[in-house]
Amino acid sequence: MDTLTTFLNSFLPEGLATLIVILLKIIAILLPLILAVAYTTFAERKVIGYMQARMGPNRVGPKGWLQPIADTVKLMFKEIITPTNSSKVVFFIAPMLALAPALAVWSVIPFWDGGVLANVNAGLLLILAINSLDVFGIILAGWASNSKYAILSSLRVGAQVVSYEIAMGFALVGVLMVSGSLNLTEIVRAQSGGLFGWNVWPLFGLFVVFFISGVAETNRAPFDVAEGESEIVAGFHVEYSGMAFALFFLAEYASMILISTLTALLFFGGWLSPFGTAMDDIPVLGFLMGDGFHWLLLKAMFFLFCYLWFRATFPRYRYDQIMRLGWKILIPVTLVWIFGEGIAIALGWQPWL
Amino acid sequence: MTFELFIFYVFSAVTLFSAVGVVTARNPVYAALFLILAFFTSAATWVLLEAEFLGVVLVLVYVGAVMVLFLFVIMMLDINIDTLKEGFTRYMPIGILVAVAVAAEMILVMKSKTFDRPIPEAAPLDSSNTEAIGEILYTEYVYPFEIAAVILVVAIIAAIALTLRRREGVKKQDQGAQIRTRKEDRLRIVKMKTEAKQGER
Amino acid sequence: MFMSFTTATLIPMQFAIPDFAPAIPEIFLLAGTCLVLLVDLFLKDSNRYITYLLSQTVLLITAYLVISGINDVSMAEALQTTGKASLTTFSEMFVLDPMSQVLKVSILLITVGVFVYSRPYLKTRQMFKGEYFTLGMFAVLGMMIMVSAKTMLVIYLGLELLSLAMYAMVAFRRNDGRASEAGMKYFVLGAIASGMLLYGMSIIYGVTGSLHLDHIDSFMMGHNVMTNMGLLLGLSFVLVGLGFKLGVVPFHMWVPDVYDGSPTAVTLFLGTAPKIAAFAMMFRLLVEGLDEMLLGWQQILSLLAALSLFIGNVVAIAQTNIKRMLAYSTISHMGFVLLGILAGTEVGYASSMFYIITYSIVAMGAFGIIILLSRDGYEADRLIDLQGLSSRHPWYAFMMMLFLFSMAGVPPTVGFYAKLSVLKAVVGAEVVWLAVFAVVMSVIGAYYYLRAIKLMYFDQPDEFVGDEELLVPAKSGFDFKLLLSVNGLSVLALGILPGALMSLCVLAVEASL
Repeated sequence: MDTLTTFLNSFLPEGLATLIVILLKIIAILLPLILAVAYTTFAERKVIGYMQARMGPNRVGPKGWLQPIADTVKLMFKEIITPTNSSKVVFFIAPMLALAPALAVWSVIPFWDGGVLANVNAGLLLILAINSLDVFGIILAGWASNSKYAILSSLRVGAQVVSYEIAMGFALVGVLMVSGSLNLTEIVRAQSGGLFGWNVWPLFGLFVVFFISGVAETNRAPFDVAEGESEIVAGFHVEYSGMAFALFFLAEYASMILISTLTALLFFGGWLSPFGTAMDDIPVLGFLMGDGFHWLLLKAMFFLFCYLWFRATFPRYRYDQIMRLGWKILIPVTLVWIFGEGIAIALGWQPWL
Repeated sequence: MTFELFIFYVFSAVTLFSAVGVVTARNPVYAALFLILAFFTSAATWVLLEAEFLGVVLVLVYVGAVMVLFLFVIMMLDINIDTLKEGFTRYMPIGILVAVAVAAEMILVMKSKTFDRPIPEAAPLDSSNTEAIGEILYTEYVYPFEIAAVILVVAIIAAIALTLRRREGVKKQDQGAQIRTRKEDRLRIVKMKTEAKQGER
Repeated sequence: MFMSFTTATLIPMQFAIPDFAPAIPEIFLLAGTCLVLLVDLFLKDSNRYITYLLSQTVLLITAYLVISGINDVSMAEALQTTGKASLTTFSEMFVLDPMSQVLKVSILLITVGVFVYSRPYLKTRQMFKGEYFTLGMFAVLGMMIMVSAKTMLVIYLGLELLSLAMYAMVAFRRNDGRASEAGMKYFVLGAIASGMLLYGMSIIYGVTGSLHLDHIDSFMMGHNVMTNMGLLLGLSFVLVGLGFKLGVVPFHMWVPDVYDGSPTAVTLFLGTAPKIAAFAMMFRLLVEGLDEMLLGWQQILSLLAALSLFIGNVVAIAQTNIKRMLAYSTISHMGFVLLGILAGTEVGYASSMFYIITYSIVAMGAFGIIILLSRDGYEADRLIDLQGLSSRHPWYAFMMMLFLFSMAGVPPTVGFYAKLSVLKAVVGAEVVWLAVFAVVMSVIGAYYYLRAIKLMYFDQPDEFVGDEELLVPAKSGFDFKLLLSVNGLSVLALGILPGALMSLCVLAVEASL
């Protein structure tokens, strides 16, 4: 990167060179991400298919591998229909508002030690803040659609997301108490020392709360009342078609990948290897078993798989049950956990360090 | 003009534009959206002032939570814009008078250089102001901080006292009872003789 | 280029745990309130009296703690080191001085009285819930915080704590349209007023660079404050905010509607203890913080006081509802309190303080009588309901007469002495025209108080009163009747022997300045 910057600097004005480098970095993050989203949809259909003892998509391309491409092409060429009497501006801004935060968050996610677009101090807070903007896309989509189903869904999402954000925030408080920093790279570094250095052990309750809230935040099964097909057809995006619909889809899956990655980063040591530095000296194996991006990828993929697993396993929660779970169970659990954690830290009783 | 100054002017212009939009928008939902934009750009200005913690918290709390609920209420209420606008022209002269008076006062204050105080030194770049705020909040400002906590408790009590209704005869789920049920409570295995089909007897 | 307020220099490197001792009453009250909140959760409706008794106990113990709070040794030390008989703690944000002690004890005792009076009212209207008491106690906590505040930040927070609890209490009977309307009005106007106050405070902070009242004062000593546009603008916004909270003309529009609309038990609370806290807030902000701008706020306050005296007394004549009448009477009384403050002398502040404390006692009694006369589904809040009270309840009619006399300023009740001392202070400050105006307005005001007395003593109850059942003495407990009698007699006693309380006020003001 530095060589590229100096090379560009040799013939471009200083600001422009920096800008180009930043843009290249953004592209380097977003392109794989969007590809990952495409293949997550494929994986979802396959995994759920196998879990339900059927084949899943297998017609387009070898073993169905080109299915997501076909889907994308189809969505791109479909007509976008705007409902009559809807507010056109909001109707079209809404999908963008949903997607933009889901992509923007990735700017502070570190992929390996130092491999981050913006290494900001308050990274964790920034993630929470930008993540909280996600909901606007959905709420506005519901409102602008001028449809009863859509607005019902957007009201549900609004309440659900705001409620679970609290539990999620508290879980993050626990993490930052242990690592003493809001910077994601620092948080991962604080978990070094192999499998038992990971945050998940002292913070197991918070991990569970975080992941459940993450599932609820992204409106995925079993908390997907936003699109509860049996009640409100498809929820907030019932009036959307073509690319506008695809943007919501993209946002939802990008958020899912984000939550999985965050879980890996915050509780499972991110790019750190479970073996610590024990095998670093062995030639090839040392590279594979040492710290690196592949570990993060592996961990994130596991949690992504959990998402699909949940969807295939659990029946949908009823709306009031979702609220009850969030307010009466998850939040008290985090509060008690943080309280205990605080006492432990104050007494210097930190067996995990 | 430095890049920083350029960004500052862009954000300030958007803030001003959206603030005007809040007041002039005909549709309350648009007004709320403009307010969100104003919050967001103000947060950006704060970040520019190196107060990143405050900026992020502004987005997190006001944009992410308060305004969502705000939008909620506006969407649920069927606000009739005409009745809202009623009397707008009638009160216009007084409104303009007040606006002019306040504007004149502000100009006078600004011109009199009352805020002409030395600008404090900027903190070193590597200092985290999350930490700095945390430190001062729990030491020097612990008293107001605790009072603020009590205010929030009162807000919760007030909200519950004003809205909680215990109605009779509501069919409510008792999760405890649900979990406590056993197979014996729900399932009755009845032994009965196999019955022959009709006509086989 | 950009202003950036860094906190780096403000972080105390060596932070000492603050001294909790001066704030023990507040801490106890908070803990006690939380206890009441929790206990109430597990009580059946039939056992709700436990909540009541517990709340009263907590308030009384807090009052005891306030009285015994300052230990003489530390006070003497403070007197030696700073020359003031006050203790500060929490980074000088909290102050304990004789004035705050006197005001806190009055607030607490008046609240105890308010709870005694409101119990039968709440019980007969299915409002006897724990929330009334917990919200009331949180309001008291807010008042105590305001009374002891030494920075604008804490003043504002205390005010918000008080207001928030009051908004909820006003709207407490939520099925009643008028109560909800009153709550809404109170909330909207109160929020605007808070905003004004906060805006003024922020401007003053911007100019002086400090939120602490003493630092503001010492900043102003070195500057020509009366030509500083920023400070003047800040001052006027602060005064608007204060005016709203005190309910003085032209910021009085909420007072009658809120007094009238809210349940009488809440009006009783609203019209008594918070007034004392509002006085403390005004004293701290204007006298302790913005003392150097005396000339500025004196002029504005004279205008507000004159308008309040005029509107309050004249409009009250037209009222047929006792609660509305008392609301307008409150406005005029607040005018009197302003008179004492704007005199700008120690005697003036002391007489204002005396006035506000005694007024709260009197107002509490007057509302107590309304509660005594009302029954389930029937609010005795029309003037006509007082008709012939002397033949129905001669003793309570006498008490009501004492309260009304005191409000009108008839000797030998305490109201006379309070008005007299305020007027003396105003004359002493050579604002004679205002003193004359106040006297004239009091004479006008006496008309409607005496009209109520005439109704009680010289008119016979007629069919307006309603059915026979209403003539039976109210079913109030012994504590209620005893307190009402004590309340009425204290108005008389304080009027005959005002010396003790007055000298206490003078001492408190002297020690605080």
